[in-house]
Amino acid sequence: MKQRPVVDVSHLPTYGFGAASPMWWGTLAFIALEATGFALAIGTYFYLAVLAPHWPIAAPAPDLAPGTAILIILLASLVPNHLVDRWAKQQDFHKVRAGMVFMTIVGILPLIVRIWEFPALRISWDQNAYGSIVWFLLALHTSHLLTDVGDTIVLAVLMFTQKGKVGRRLSDVSDNAFYWDFVVASWAVLYLVMYWAPRM
Amino acid sequence: MSSIRQKNADRIEELKGVRDTGLDEARLVAFLAHAWQTPKGLYGWLATVDHKVIGRRYVVTAFLFLILAGLSALVMRFQLAAPEAGRISPDFYDQLFTMHGTTMMFLFAVPVMEAFAVYLVPLMIGTRNVAFPRLNAFSYWIYVSGGIMIWIAFAFNTGADAGWFSYVPLAGQFYGIGKRPDFWAQMVTYTEVSALAVAVEIIATVLKQRAPGMTLDRIPLYVWSVLITAFVILFAMPAVMVSSTMLILDRLVGTKFFDQAAGGDALLWQHLFWFFGHPEVYIIFIPATGFVSAILPTFVRRPVFGYLGIVLSLIAIGFLSFGLWVHHMFATGLPQLGESFFTASSMMIAIPSGIQVFCWIATIWGGRPIFATPLLFVLGFIFTFVIGGLTGVMVASVPIDLQVHDTYFVVAHFHYVLVGGAVFPLLGAVYYWFPKATGRMLSERLGHLNFWFVFLGFNLTFFPMHILGLQGMPRRVYTYPLESGWGSANLFISLSSLVLFVGFALFFLNMLLSFRNGLPAGDNPWGASTLEWATTSPPPSYNFPRLPVVTHREPLWAEPDTLAVIEGLRVDAREVLGGMVADAVPQLRLPSADNSIWPLLSATAVGGTFFASIYTPWAVVWGAIPISIGFICWFWPKGEPEDEE
Repeated sequence: MKQRPVVDVSHLPTYGFGAASPMWWGTLAFIALEATGFALAIGTYFYLAVLAPHWPIAAPAPDLAPGTAILIILLASLVPNHLVDRWAKQQDFHKVRAGMVFMTIVGILPLIVRIWEFPALRISWDQNAYGSIVWFLLALHTSHLLTDVGDTIVLAVLMFTQKGKVGRRLSDVSDNAFYWDFVVASWAVLYLVMYWAPRM
Repeated sequence: MSSIRQKNADRIEELKGVRDTGLDEARLVAFLAHAWQTPKGLYGWLATVDHKVIGRRYVVTAFLFLILAGLSALVMRFQLAAPEAGRISPDFYDQLFTMHGTTMMFLFAVPVMEAFAVYLVPLMIGTRNVAFPRLNAFSYWIYVSGGIMIWIAFAFNTGADAGWFSYVPLAGQFYGIGKRPDFWAQMVTYTEVSALAVAVEIIATVLKQRAPGMTLDRIPLYVWSVLITAFVILFAMPAVMVSSTMLILDRLVGTKFFDQAAGGDALLWQHLFWFFGHPEVYIIFIPATGFVSAILPTFVRRPVFGYLGIVLSLIAIGFLSFGLWVHHMFATGLPQLGESFFTASSMMIAIPSGIQVFCWIATIWGGRPIFATPLLFVLGFIFTFVIGGLTGVMVASVPIDLQVHDTYFVVAHFHYVLVGGAVFPLLGAVYYWFPKATGRMLSERLGHLNFWFVFLGFNLTFFPMHILGLQGMPRRVYTYPLESGWGSANLFISLSSLVLFVGFALFFLNMLLSFRNGLPAGDNPWGASTLEWATTSPPPSYNFPRLPVVTHREPLWAEPDTLAVIEGLRVDAREVLGGMVADAVPQLRLPSADNSIWPLLSATAVGGTFFASIYTPWAVVWGAIPISIGFICWFWPKGEPEDEE
């Protein structure tokens, strides 16, 4: 078949940010499927709550302190997170490096606090269905937190190597910031469900 | 044109890498073949990220699982051929029907549909690979290890035995035998991870990598169908991952999700499972309708009637598929208002399905049909699927469903829908695209024989099951009493299943013989209109020497001899074109991932962790270490040439 060139793409860039990047769409798709997982787990929580004569079943409502502390840390982290995203889009390598180190620390903090959060649920996972579902929700969120912190650490290290001085890495940093927003937003919802629904 | 060349010639010095602009054909092909090659030998076989190689592998593996599942059905028919037969034990029968259903749904039907998408989508939208090629490779390794695991477990008498939907409490901690339900639950996790990975990459590929000019209203209907399927997967599959994880947690660490005595609920399982399970049917069916919409125009020699109507119907089916799950639970004593809602929504989905059927009939009506094997399967599909659809409307009605629930009527219904609605178009699709994938035609003579044996064998096997069901024969019984009077019908069904078996044997025989000795296919043996037929058969590793530009919904019919193409992509490194979501205007030159062994190693780490977690929850903790190493090595940049830019 004969070919008839009609479009020249030679001067197009090799990376972009946000909706221009396939990786952003991939990240969005993963967020969508994980959000569905969260939604179904939350649905399970309320399904079991409606069936139970008393909710929580045979346990006091969870202790507010650690979960609230994590919520505050995560909400506060949105500020540096968006700064890193902005610096990435401005292609400012120096600020991105500093921001990624900071975001690594900000990401590890809630993981440390979470060590106290599991006992603060004041029930074991195998005691009854209420215990099972709150542990499930918390573990689900912790796995997301761990994943994104891991990703942040790897990207932060990468930014200090020769291979980090590449425009495409900045696009990765921006997508990482996007995913962190999801981790924060999902905790805001889970926090309300786990800590305030039993107090209603 | 010449001005473009001149401009590029002036600027070529300042551009990084070797571009295809103005390169003569021989050098262009040499560069591309080098950049996109899969190395020879074992390493290349394990490390390839070529979507065509992975797609072919997926198809072959899925068909091997089809054979296993089909053989287990034959053994069941051998047992049921006579009343009170003692040819196999009840326990083995339980494992057989569970493995049959599980394999057909999780290891054959969904993967084979995804396999075709993995193979065809980049070719049909005019790109060189899927958006995340390594994720694609990873998904295959995860899928195949999950499938092998559950069949090895079966070989060691640990086959899942609680049905393909593994209801609790039968599969729960009190009644589930040994590790059987755990293998089932973890196999689900493997295959869902794999399916979700493919869904993500298909979405990103279709949205971002379409050829310039392929606006939303020029996307081939098959590609629309797999895009919508990918979205359905995205929102349906998490439900079964959540539920199967809860099941294994109940069994392994004593959670109480499904334990009625501790505030759990057995029906919770059914809700979560069917929230996935019903869309699952459409995950299988929607791509099959895509096959039909791709095959029909080619063999009736006219564009499909009602393109927009079909796209909107597919989207409607995708949405409505999430509003049907409770119709699997009518016999559980749910509130009547809820049942009425799900009856209404179950009947509503017949509307978009019906619109599609009428569009296809109108397409045939306005065309000049050529009765080649792919078209025969499409016609067989329309006939069979309409019957399955009609019994579907029947069982959507609560009073009828309560009468025929768990009887052979339901078995007949869903085989008509799934085999008639999905396997027939699938077989047609194999006949249609086999020449593209292998460069050889399948035998038409064997193809016609294959069709008639499968079509008649199928109807003779499954139609009498409607009657048996109405007479009260329950499903999932390993035998039945002589006095029931079901003996002769069952014998007839078992003998008919042999006809079906011969039909499938002819199918595989045709593939084997034609792969070696089939007639050469040429680029476009059917005179079809979509982009995959613009390249050679089989396509080269880079798919197209220059990426196409689309000017028409049926590009190869609008311009049969000339292909409008782009220029300016790198050819010394893997590069594809990224465009805008709605109108596909070129936006980026995207680097495409090279071959890598890390998807396989990561899949091994993930698979090993899943497997070990059947026995100990600590596997998740220890498994995290190799998984992390695998993923870091996978993503760590290795000095790609594009990074210079």
